[in-house]
Amino acid sequence: MSASPHAAGSTETRQVYLFATCVIDLFAPQAGVDVVEVLERLGVTVHFPAAQTCCGQPAYTTGFPEEARKVAAAQLDLFPEPWPVIVPSGSCGGMLKQHWPRLFADDPARRVQAESIAARTVEFTDYLVNTLGFRLDAPAASGAPLRVALHTSCSARREMGTLGCGRALLERLPGVERVEHGHEAECCGFGGTFSVKHPEISAAMAADKLDALTASGCESFVSADCGCLLNLNLSLEKRGAALRGQHIASLVRARMDGAAS
Amino acid sequence: MSAASLPQADARVSPEDFKQRSHESLHDAHLRQSFRGAMDFLVERRALQFPDLQAFNTLRKLGENVRQHALAQLPDLLERLEARLTELGVAVHWAETPADANRIFLDIARRHAATLMVKGKSMVSEEIGLNHEMAAHGVECIETDMGEYILQLDGDRPSHIIMPAIHKTKEDVAAIFHEHIDGAPLSDDVNELIAIGRRALREKFASAKIGVSGVNFMVAETGTLALVENEGNGRLCTSVPDVHVAITGLEKVVDRLEHVLPLYALLPKSATGQAVTTYLNLITGPRRAGEKDGPREMHLILLDNGRTQAYREARFRATLQCIRCGACMNHCPVYTRVGGLSYGTTYPGPIGAIISPHLMGLQSTRDLPTASSLCGACGDVCPVGIPIPDMLMKLREAGRHSVAESITPPAQALVGQGSVRRAGEVLAWRAWRVLYSHAALYRLFAWLAPRLRWLTPAWQGGWTASRAALKPAPRSLREQLARRRAGRTVPGR
Repeated sequence: MSASPHAAGSTETRQVYLFATCVIDLFAPQAGVDVVEVLERLGVTVHFPAAQTCCGQPAYTTGFPEEARKVAAAQLDLFPEPWPVIVPSGSCGGMLKQHWPRLFADDPARRVQAESIAARTVEFTDYLVNTLGFRLDAPAASGAPLRVALHTSCSARREMGTLGCGRALLERLPGVERVEHGHEAECCGFGGTFSVKHPEISAAMAADKLDALTASGCESFVSADCGCLLNLNLSLEKRGAALRGQHIASLVRARMDGAAS
Repeated sequence: MSAASLPQADARVSPEDFKQRSHESLHDAHLRQSFRGAMDFLVERRALQFPDLQAFNTLRKLGENVRQHALAQLPDLLERLEARLTELGVAVHWAETPADANRIFLDIARRHAATLMVKGKSMVSEEIGLNHEMAAHGVECIETDMGEYILQLDGDRPSHIIMPAIHKTKEDVAAIFHEHIDGAPLSDDVNELIAIGRRALREKFASAKIGVSGVNFMVAETGTLALVENEGNGRLCTSVPDVHVAITGLEKVVDRLEHVLPLYALLPKSATGQAVTTYLNLITGPRRAGEKDGPREMHLILLDNGRTQAYREARFRATLQCIRCGACMNHCPVYTRVGGLSYGTTYPGPIGAIISPHLMGLQSTRDLPTASSLCGACGDVCPVGIPIPDMLMKLREAGRHSVAESITPPAQALVGQGSVRRAGEVLAWRAWRVLYSHAALYRLFAWLAPRLRWLTPAWQGGWTASRAALKPAPRSLREQLARRRAGRTVPGR
């Protein structure tokens, strides 16, 4: 293994919780498997509390905070140890970090739990780059040259501040070249229930994003958010286009394996 | 040209038709392209004015504080403003509704036997439908902002609060001027078009008895009305005619004159990417004894029209911090694609989606708060820190819950509170809640769904209109992780 697993000098075993998100659990499990695989190869012990379901965001953003609160409340007891809670999604991470404490503002006991989790919530690429100091060495072993575009979700950019982490992570993968695409900072049009309440506007946004990605000349694209990826990949499938996106963890794992992607 | 000969903007436009109109706009390639181009230009110009994010955040905090300081003592400031203006000889009028405001305008016009008003750019006058109402009573109210003038000639409506005619090309303008201005040649030379417009408007300025303006900031301390503009028409409207009538929303007040400074530092940079505007008019009372110009009579009309509802509810009060720069619409991926006219409201875009429900009720505006992916671009650029995405979520909630059903009930029901509640949606979220808050039930579901994935419908409503169907993976993550752990002969890695 040619990765430098830990920040210099650290030898103790790192333990983390994984909050995998409901989208990954049912619709994009490979991303979750790859997150676990990458973390374990870097010497991190990953705990996946089996009772986890969803952060509550879909109801929360649609105007049903009580439903969101009940679902979020069911997660609060699952992360008792003081370990980081790794979330492979800027969007769900933002829900835990920014919105859970507010959701339980008038419930002192749960608020303490929510604030504790919020303080420990770390988005996957942030953890790799800033906590583990991850870097893949030995370009010869890490696969053929690859041009990828990076789609940073709006929540990753604004609620988690992890735009720089995604970029840094790609820089640390030898042979991987990150290409920019037009209107890169713009939303892909997913927006949870927005995509079904205003399907035409959502589709127009997704179409423009796909055009920009295609025009960038990338061979594939990555994102740290599976909501965006489902929106974009299923739109590409409907178009009959060959281009696909994958979770950034899957690319990291592939480069660790030395495969082309 | 008489009042009767001016085409009138369609008064029936309503936010209820948002979906239909946005559908049409999305299929109008020319409109899509011109909006995208114009918004990209404005986004770029603004970015050049705020090169340092930290400096922007500091200035924005100052702007936010000034507006919050004013709103925290709004009734008091309005009383002080009224007293100060009265001392200066300005008549202050309070209008609860658009109809009240129009009545006040008509009274003033009748008192002066005026048949012509010249008007500087004012979204509040748009809100009350002033041109239409005055025309109905034989008073011609002429727009003098070039963009608004173009729209008035064409019987069209503003699609942006700062650049109202942004949806018109120069060819459109050429045709409109040629058709509606006597003797105007058909020219698509921009300078010549501006000259044609100016000549036509000069005659109006010279003959109008009443000049109408909006207000950007009202200063309680001094009774000063600040008016920000580029074309000089605002200065003409407020200084040439004998009577000046200003109209604005009652939230536009600030405490002290110095409070205008940070707001002015933020407004043109955020709106048009200008460091300063060509004109900043500070109007403090009508012509004084011995002065050679300025109006002899001055009025200020303060419109409520639902603003007190936003003021009353602490969670919605930040809505009133707005200084109407339009940056939220320039940066909005939805506005950029559907254009301002789709909204069917005076104020389009993100700010329109959070203020219109207070002005018009939650029911007719029901599609506006949901027409956002909550991407957060609007909140990022708002120069006074309005948490627009949060407000959108709270309005979604208010539309779907009566006061009794609310998790944190409002002091008083909003107009249209709970009117968007649909049994199907409520039931769906209840079922979702039961499923996702019971681990054992969810585990069963996560086991079943992959095994029944062949039952996934190919048609999934709006989702599959432009996407392939969403299907569960063959095995859930939890199952794969469980197998992975069980299958290991050597624990660890």
